[in-house]
Amino acid sequence: MSTDQIIQHEETDADHEPHSSGVYVKTLIALLILTAITVGASYIDFGAGNVVIALFIATIKATIVALFFMHLRYDKPVNAVIACAGFLFLGIFLMFCFIDFGSRDGLRPVNWNGKMPVETAAPAPAPGAAAPANK
Amino acid sequence: MSTTSVDIHQPHGHPDDPHHQHHFATMEQQFDTSKIGMWLFLATEVLLFGGLFVGFGLMQARYPQEFVEAHEHLQRPLGALNTVVLLVSSFTMVMGVLSAQRNDKKKLVLFLILTIICAGIFLTVKYFEYSHKFEEHLLPPRWYHAQPGDTVKDPYTGQISHGYGTFFAFYFMMTGLHGFHILVGMILLAWIAVRAHRGEFSKEYYTPVDLIGLYWHLVDLIWIYLFPLYYLIK
Repeated sequence: MSTDQIIQHEETDADHEPHSSGVYVKTLIALLILTAITVGASYIDFGAGNVVIALFIATIKATIVALFFMHLRYDKPVNAVIACAGFLFLGIFLMFCFIDFGSRDGLRPVNWNGKMPVETAAPAPAPGAAAPANK
Repeated sequence: MSTTSVDIHQPHGHPDDPHHQHHFATMEQQFDTSKIGMWLFLATEVLLFGGLFVGFGLMQARYPQEFVEAHEHLQRPLGALNTVVLLVSSFTMVMGVLSAQRNDKKKLVLFLILTIICAGIFLTVKYFEYSHKFEEHLLPPRWYHAQPGDTVKDPYTGQISHGYGTFFAFYFMMTGLHGFHILVGMILLAWIAVRAHRGEFSKEYYTPVDLIGLYWHLVDLIWIYLFPLYYLIK
């Protein structure tokens, strides 16, 4: 979708959604094909790439649903701004949580009985590093 | 305050359309305002589920091996079936909105009923998945029973890792909350199907159909992320 088309649609404001079912049929077919691809890809081992592929395809599908089924493609831009804001703040939330998680080590289990590791006689985690992380 | 009540039969409604409330300049403005309100609600829904997604991501980072082994207990074909069912229901929903825009009352009711049927199929499949997990004790940590394929032991306690049950705690919380949204959606769809049958909607006024459609697509959109994260992770 080029920016020209978007601008064109903003200019023809009076005409909202598509008035034929063809667009929706094509949208559904695209979504079903993407579902088949993501299920198929899950049976092949790409290592860490599997999660990336699955989430990438899921994001394409979600974008298609938002643009066509939810009419963001044809709507006034304010609705798209609200939708993007929701995902933007989710992204900030996600990013800081993972920065925090990455800075910790030696997370102890919730049912920890206070004893040191059973199998590996590793030294106790550095004080301060793990103490507040004791979930 | 009496002038703010929405009584469509009173003279403070506009004469051109009984649905047109007096504090809006045009029907279009009224429609757009309702839609912005719905989108704001949907943004809060994204954040509601977002918190659970972040929690799931953190626990997956903490228990990677346990999560991979635990997800093998989910039935991938059933998850894929439910994905297809929800995508089709989104399609029937948007066709319902299109029918409303075309003043086609019969098709609007038909597509709303088809959407409700798809939602029913989704919840039925979910019921079979849940009962299978209850039988196998694939449950949150307190009730989780170790499975033959579980390999990870907790280095501190020497017991079976907490991560297996954690996976199912998140599974039931997230799919449960999503299933609850499906249930609420079914009630809302039934409500607008009855109203549509009474002939309350037209191409001039179909706001409830459009807004509940948006809600329904968001529920579909959340499942689009739930499905690969739970059923397809490696």
